[in-house]
Amino acid sequence: MNFSNIILIPLVPLAVFLLLGIFNQKIKPAVSGYIGVAGLLTSTLFSFYTAYQYFFVHGKINGVYQTFVEKTVWMNFTETLRIDMGVLIDPISVMMLIVVSTVSLMVHIYSRGYMKGDDGYTKFFAFLSLFSFSMYGLVLATNLFQIYIFWELVGVSSYLLIGYYYTKPSAVAAAKKAFIVTRFADLGFLIGILIMGYYTGTYDFEILNNPEGDAILNWASTSFMGLSALTWGLILIFLGGAGKSAMFPFHIWLPDAMEGPTPVSALIHAATMVVAGVFLVARLFPLYYFVENGFALNIVAYVGAFSSLFAAIIAITQTDIKRVLAFSTMSQLGYMMLALGVSGYDDHEGLGYMASMFHLFTHAMFKALLFLGAGSVIHAVHSNYLKDMGGLRKYMPITHITFLIAALAIAGVPPFAGFFSKDEILVAAFEHNKLIYFIGVFVAGLTAFYMFRIYFGIFWGKETKYERKPHESPISMTFPLMVLALLSIVGGFIPFSEFVTADKATFEAHLNYPLAAVAVGVGLIGIILAWIFYKKENDLADKLANFFGLFYKWTSDKFYFDEIYLFVTKKILFNLVSAPIAKFDKKYVDGTMEGIGNKTVWTSDKIKGLQSGKVQDYGFAFIAGVVIIALVFIYLWTN
Amino acid sequence: MDILSLFIIVPIATILALVFSKGLKQSRIVSMVGSIVQLGMAINLIFAYFKERAVNSDIMVFTKDLVWFKDFNIHYNIGVDGISVALLLLTSIVVLAGVFISWKMNDLPKEFFVSLIVLSIGVYGFFISLDLFTMFVFFEIAVIPMYLLIGIWGTGPKEHSAMKLTLMLMGASAILLVAILGIYFNSDADGGALTFNILEIAKVNIPIEAQKLFFPLAFIGFAVIGALFPFHTWSPDGHASAPTAVSMLHAGVLMKLGGYGVFRVAMYLLPEGALHWSWFFIILAAIGVIYGAFSAIKQTDLKYINAYSSVSHLGLVLFALLMLNKTAWNGAILQSLSHGFMTALFFALIGMIYGRTHTRDVTKLGGLLKVIPFISTIYVIAGLASLGLPGFSGFVAEMNIFVGAFEHDNMFYRIATIVSVSAIVVTAVYILRVVGLMLMGPVKNEAFLTLEKVTWYEKTGILLLLIPIVGMGVAPLWLSDMILESLEPFIQGML
Repeated sequence: MNFSNIILIPLVPLAVFLLLGIFNQKIKPAVSGYIGVAGLLTSTLFSFYTAYQYFFVHGKINGVYQTFVEKTVWMNFTETLRIDMGVLIDPISVMMLIVVSTVSLMVHIYSRGYMKGDDGYTKFFAFLSLFSFSMYGLVLATNLFQIYIFWELVGVSSYLLIGYYYTKPSAVAAAKKAFIVTRFADLGFLIGILIMGYYTGTYDFEILNNPEGDAILNWASTSFMGLSALTWGLILIFLGGAGKSAMFPFHIWLPDAMEGPTPVSALIHAATMVVAGVFLVARLFPLYYFVENGFALNIVAYVGAFSSLFAAIIAITQTDIKRVLAFSTMSQLGYMMLALGVSGYDDHEGLGYMASMFHLFTHAMFKALLFLGAGSVIHAVHSNYLKDMGGLRKYMPITHITFLIAALAIAGVPPFAGFFSKDEILVAAFEHNKLIYFIGVFVAGLTAFYMFRIYFGIFWGKETKYERKPHESPISMTFPLMVLALLSIVGGFIPFSEFVTADKATFEAHLNYPLAAVAVGVGLIGIILAWIFYKKENDLADKLANFFGLFYKWTSDKFYFDEIYLFVTKKILFNLVSAPIAKFDKKYVDGTMEGIGNKTVWTSDKIKGLQSGKVQDYGFAFIAGVVIIALVFIYLWTN
Repeated sequence: MDILSLFIIVPIATILALVFSKGLKQSRIVSMVGSIVQLGMAINLIFAYFKERAVNSDIMVFTKDLVWFKDFNIHYNIGVDGISVALLLLTSIVVLAGVFISWKMNDLPKEFFVSLIVLSIGVYGFFISLDLFTMFVFFEIAVIPMYLLIGIWGTGPKEHSAMKLTLMLMGASAILLVAILGIYFNSDADGGALTFNILEIAKVNIPIEAQKLFFPLAFIGFAVIGALFPFHTWSPDGHASAPTAVSMLHAGVLMKLGGYGVFRVAMYLLPEGALHWSWFFIILAAIGVIYGAFSAIKQTDLKYINAYSSVSHLGLVLFALLMLNKTAWNGAILQSLSHGFMTALFFALIGMIYGRTHTRDVTKLGGLLKVIPFISTIYVIAGLASLGLPGFSGFVAEMNIFVGAFEHDNMFYRIATIVSVSAIVVTAVYILRVVGLMLMGPVKNEAFLTLEKVTWYEKTGILLLLIPIVGMGVAPLWLSDMILESLEPFIQGML
């Protein structure tokens, strides 16, 4: 493989970021939009070229995909441990290049329309480029530390973009929350990296993931509190992944992150950055699978399944369409996690792995589409809330159709993309863990229901009295919608098992018709229920809500997790840890030092009379001294 | 003229020139020229060092030895390795930035700049000394002007702060002097003559009992200026009262003498003592790391926040030094450099914000990004650097510390490491709190809408400090390898 152009994929957005960032004031907004799009277009072209070269020309030898690595030393820690910077080309990194490029390019184009006239237009494109650079660096990482570095950088890009409307207090709070919650999770990631480095002596993915390698064969040689130290490492690393991918209980930052501009939500908080956690587990999949017979992987599966269910339930009751989509994202990420969690390694056993990556791919397309569609709606009605929408299908035909396509895709209706990937996930779950399978099916039904709830709520139902007549968005915004809609239709037909598998050897995957029928059936039930409840204005939904009473209230308040976090941070950490420490410092630590000082002054005050300057005093003291010494000597002498 | 003594001679020449200059305009030009020459020399020294290193494998290069007091075998003995070269560069950059930041120092400008440069002589001399006694003398030269600088040019309860700072540091010096004399009188343990020469003492096997006795004294003597918990309280008050450039120099450079001294004297000369005592001081250092970070959360004065942040960050330096391995040591040196640049930058920015808004209370500030975008943006960048974001120097330093510390075989050290690592979250909390309160949000005060834009000398000062932060963060290899190489003989000595 030729690496010279792959290196450019991250570097071009970096250059664009520096250019737009440094000359922020000097570049005209119109120009900066073009620079941003052009930069990303370059990266996209290189990404597709790389994918073509890899999947169809150089990548496969005897039906097995090879891994290509090009790297250079960035910093030396010890003789064995060091941080390398480089690119690692294997099926999942190439697939991620495609996902990131496609969505990012569409979002760049879309933003030229959506952000038009905004004060910080240039800054916005600079941040988008920074994010794209970091995300490319993350997916191409060759070792744990490199991925951690870019992990933090995507985190900070996310922080900057959520806080983009920085004069709005809610946006500032959301940005801070997102950064700190993920940072807390990253603490686990970092400690996990330290553990892996200490016990295996390397951060390198190639060495760590080698099925015949030291880490995988000798995991049992280390132990800590009943588990292999490597298992602890993997659990801690997963903690980082759970933070980024908004898994329970680190999910609280994601809904608030919707304070950012909608294109940002589409790019970062739906399609790319939030899947980094899934990508991380996939990246280390051999370790997760083999170490301690998949103990850590089981945790991944259950956390994924629970988050998926938890989020889907909450999504039903939310009234802000972006928040519905946020919980939906969390739910779908849980789906990907659980698919990884139930996956095996060899050949067809690795179906879950392949299904997870497949779902990551299709989800990126249709979820970005949903967000961009929602953005188009919000752009038209200037509100995020369902109550301010309704009947928009007449005014916004393109948005309507593309949103419908995306909704059908996520609901798992054939032949849209989501159907295929979801089906594979459910098959994998069915083969390995029935409980998780049933959760998956139930979530599929919920997904269809909440998605069509907002679909009907936005485009059908009672028409709100609009102050200004809503209109379709400009071409710069509808074009990306159409492209993504197309991908949401055809994306499912990609024979993914030909490209991305756990052991990198291709296998044939077939539809499992009975299971597919069940999944589709459940999805259709969800859609029909939504149709009954929300197609026309009626009070069925309210009745249902009343029926569930308290449970409905809990759900719509997101089970009070925000409040719990607030209690822990504000009441416990701030008031019971930080404030007493600050007080202790002032009163006791500093007080002691001041006390010593004051005592010294006091003592000198008392004894300063000794230095009176009067000769008779000195004479008296002198004689007294001589007498005392003489007495002492005499005493010693006589004894 | 040897290349190192110039670091003493040029500042002295600058001071002489300052004596003959009149008013603010002349003094600042003279100081600027002097500091630029210093910076040039420091940069030149790096290249010269690499050239010399290629042909010379001594521990110290560019050495020079003159007898000073024959009776006590005190020498003016100087030399550098990769560590001191890097710290000299740090000093010269911070001093120059400090001069730019003090561009409008209207109050007794001549005396101010003279004191500032005297201070820098002390620091330069300290970093190049190879003789314990000479080193101690330079240490005192660096500390004394601080009293005047805070007492005369400070704000708030300046006399009290200046007194407290000086007395605590003097107290530490007294302890340090005992340790130095203890080392001196044991330097003939192998039958040689009594000596203050660091390199020669290192070859002597000082009796273990003496090492155990004097290590804590030497450690505390230096660590007080490195803000070791619980001897850090001089720092918040001192910084709060100090004028901007003094805070910059103090936190940026002077506090680095602590870590450097601990490394060069306590660790290197008393390795057995270090092994014996490390667990105890690790606990103190780890407490400092967490404690400083938590204290910073609750502060409202920008300078206090930064001072406690320094307690936390420099706690990490001492923590890493006590881990007694190469990677952690490398991290400690890198953290000293990184913290030097970052904290100087912070104090410079705080000075600019204070100069414009006349308050340092974060709860009274708000929305500054809108009105002074340049300063605010740099503040955000400095904040991100301070919370250890990759791409900035702090990350490089902290990762070396964490990885190095975690390499320890003993479980106690690894658990202590995990405790210290958790400071990265608390750091993020207090940094983002300030960013959120002060820079973002709506503009709180009508008067802020007309704040003066950033000036060229402020920009120059900022960029001088920002460039090394980014440089270290993006391409750390040459620097970290230079330091690693210089650590080799020390780690050999430990084993």
